Amino acid sequence: MSNTGFDLRKYQGFFAMTCLCLFILYAPLIIVMIYSFNDNASITRWSGVSLRWYFDVFNGPESEKFKRAAFNSLTIAVMAASVATVIATSAAIGMVRGGNFRGKALSFGLLSLPIMVPEIVTAVATLIFFSTIGFKLGTLSILIAHTIFCIPFAYLPISARLQGIEASFEEAAQDLYANRWQTFRHVLMPIMGPGIVSGFLLAFIISLDDFIITNFIKGAGVETLPTAIFGSVKQGIKPNIMALSTLMLLFSISLVTLSYFVGMRGENRNSSQKT
Amino acid sequence: MANTAVSLHSVSKHFGDFVALQEVSFEIADNEFFTLLGPSGCGKTTLLRMIAGFESTTSGTIDLYGEEIGSLPPHKRPINTVFQNYALFPHMTASENIGFALKMLGWSRSEIGARVQEMIEMVQLEAFAERAPSQLSGGQQQRVALARAMAPRPKVLLLDEPLSALDLKLRQEMRSELKTLQRETGITFTFVTHDQEEALSMSDRIAVMSAGAVQQIGTPREIYESPSNRFVADFIGETNLLEATVTAVDGQRLTCALAGGSALQALAAGAVTQGQKGVISIRPEHLRLSQDQPTDGLTLEGRVLDIVYIGTDSQVSVQLAQGPVVRVRQQNSKAGQETLAVETPVYVALGGDEARFLTD
Repeated sequence: MSNTGFDLRKYQGFFAMTCLCLFILYAPLIIVMIYSFNDNASITRWSGVSLRWYFDVFNGPESEKFKRAAFNSLTIAVMAASVATVIATSAAIGMVRGGNFRGKALSFGLLSLPIMVPEIVTAVATLIFFSTIGFKLGTLSILIAHTIFCIPFAYLPISARLQGIEASFEEAAQDLYANRWQTFRHVLMPIMGPGIVSGFLLAFIISLDDFIITNFIKGAGVETLPTAIFGSVKQGIKPNIMALSTLMLLFSISLVTLSYFVGMRGENRNSSQKT
Repeated sequence: MANTAVSLHSVSKHFGDFVALQEVSFEIADNEFFTLLGPSGCGKTTLLRMIAGFESTTSGTIDLYGEEIGSLPPHKRPINTVFQNYALFPHMTASENIGFALKMLGWSRSEIGARVQEMIEMVQLEAFAERAPSQLSGGQQQRVALARAMAPRPKVLLLDEPLSALDLKLRQEMRSELKTLQRETGITFTFVTHDQEEALSMSDRIAVMSAGAVQQIGTPREIYESPSNRFVADFIGETNLLEATVTAVDGQRLTCALAGGSALQALAAGAVTQGQKGVISIRPEHLRLSQDQPTDGLTLEGRVLDIVYIGTDSQVSVQLAQGPVVRVRQQNSKAGQETLAVETPVYVALGGDEARFLTD
C-alpha cells in the first residue's frame, strides 16, 4: 500500500471519464446488437425478442446477395492475407536478419507507408492505376489491392516477433547441419509461428473489413460484404442489417481473441525459455 | 604433433578498421582439450566462431585434419558448438533437440532413437528426455546442449563459455564432468573462457590471448610457472611485478637492478640483452617472510602493510623499503606467523629460479 506508484484511481473524475469514453465507443454497437433481436420491422420501435432478422439474413429477399458477398469477402480475405503473410514474413527476415544493407531505412519506410497514407488517396490512386493500364476491375483487382495494403499489417507483428528471437537459434541449427531452408522450416518458422499467425489474422480482418478501396475498384456487379451492406443501407436501414452487422462483429471478435491467445502462448514459451 | 585436428595459418579478422584478430597461427592436436583463454574482447570468441563457420576470415586459412574448411558454411563443417546461452530449440523436447542434427544428416529413425538414448544416458537425463527446455534447470539445459552437440560425433567440439551461466557449485561439478566426457569420448574439445581457474583445471593446453593475438601457448603448468610475457604473468594467477633493468646476462640467468637499486637474480623468458628494461614476476607463494635476516639468498627489507586471512593461507602485503608493495602468500599452519602484525619490520626472501624477467 505504498504511495510511491502512479495510481490512476486517485485522480478525480477518472472513473467518470472512463465510463463516458466506453459509452461513446460501445453504446452504438450495443444498441445494434440489441435491436438485431427486435421482432419489429421498424428499426426504432421495440416489440419483443425474436430471431426473425437472423433468418432473414440467411433466407430473406437479400440473402442471395449477402451470401455471394460473404463468399467473395472470405475468399478475398483468405487469399490476400495468405499472400501478404508470405511476403511480410520474407520482408521481416530480410529486414531483421539481413544485416545493414543499403536502403534499409527506405525499405522500412516503404513497407509501413500504406498505413500512414489516407485510404481514400490509395483508393483513388489504385483506381487510376488500374484504369491506366487497362486492368479489368473485378474480383482480381480487389484481391491485388487487398494483398498490397495487407502487407504492412502482417509485417508489424511478424517483425516484432522475429526481433525478439535471438539469432543463436538459427546459428545452432546451421551448426547442427541444417541448411538455410531446413533452418527456416524446422527452427525459425516454428519459433516465430505465433507472430506469423497474428500477422495473418490481422491482415485477414483488415481485408474483410475494407470498404473504401474496395468500393472504388470492385467494378460492376462484384460485391464484398461491406459494399453489399452499404448498398443495402442506401435504400433505408432494415433490421436485417443489424443482424448481419452483429454476426460480423462476433466473427471479428473471435478472430482477434484467437490471435491474442496465439500470441500469448508464444510469449510464455519464449519468456520461460530464457530463465 | 602426432595428429593435428585444427590448424590455423595466419588467420586475421578485421571488422571495418577494427582488427579483431591479427595473424593468429596455432595447431590443436587430435583428442586434445584445448582452451582459448583471455579477457573479454581479446578475440577468442571471434576465433571460435571462425572455426565454426559463423564468421569469415579476412585472411589466412583454417584446416580441419588437413583439409581447408575456411570456405565451407557452418552446416558443412563436421564441427559442433555448445553455445554460451545453450540456444536449445524451445519448441522441441530435450530428445528432439539432441536428435536434431541426426535428422538433418538423414539418419534413419531407429538410428536416431538409439543414438539419442545413448546421449541421454551419457548426460544422465533419462527422467527429463521428454521435457521442453523451459522445464529444465540451468544445469540440465547445459547437459542437453552438450549432448546435442556431441550426438553427431563431431570431429571437433567447440564450447563457448558454456559454464558461465551456472552457479559456482554447479560450475565446479561440470568442470570435472566435462573433462571426463572429453577423455572418454576422445573428441577434440576447443573451449573458450575468460576464467583462468576453469582453463587451468581442465585443459591439456591453453592459448592465452590478448588484443587479437596469441600471447602464449602451453600446458597449464607452463603457462602458470613460465609465463612468456608480462600480460600472461599478470593475467594467470596472482603475481608481483617489479620494474627492473638487466645489468648482466649469463645464458638464461640474469642479474637485474630493481627500481630502488637492489640487485636480483632472475630467469629470462626469452632473448634478453644487457640494459633492457622490463618486469620481474614473482608469484606470492614463492616469497618467504622472516623477521630475522636470512643468511643466504636474496632478501629485501620492508614492513607489513596488511594481512588478509583467506583460510589455509594468509596474504601479507609488504611495503618494501625501496619502492613497491609485494604480496606474499604463506600457509597459516606455519609456526611463528602469529607474531606478524601490521607495521612489523620483515625480510622478504626468494630463490633466483622463481623470479622471471619479462617484457611486454
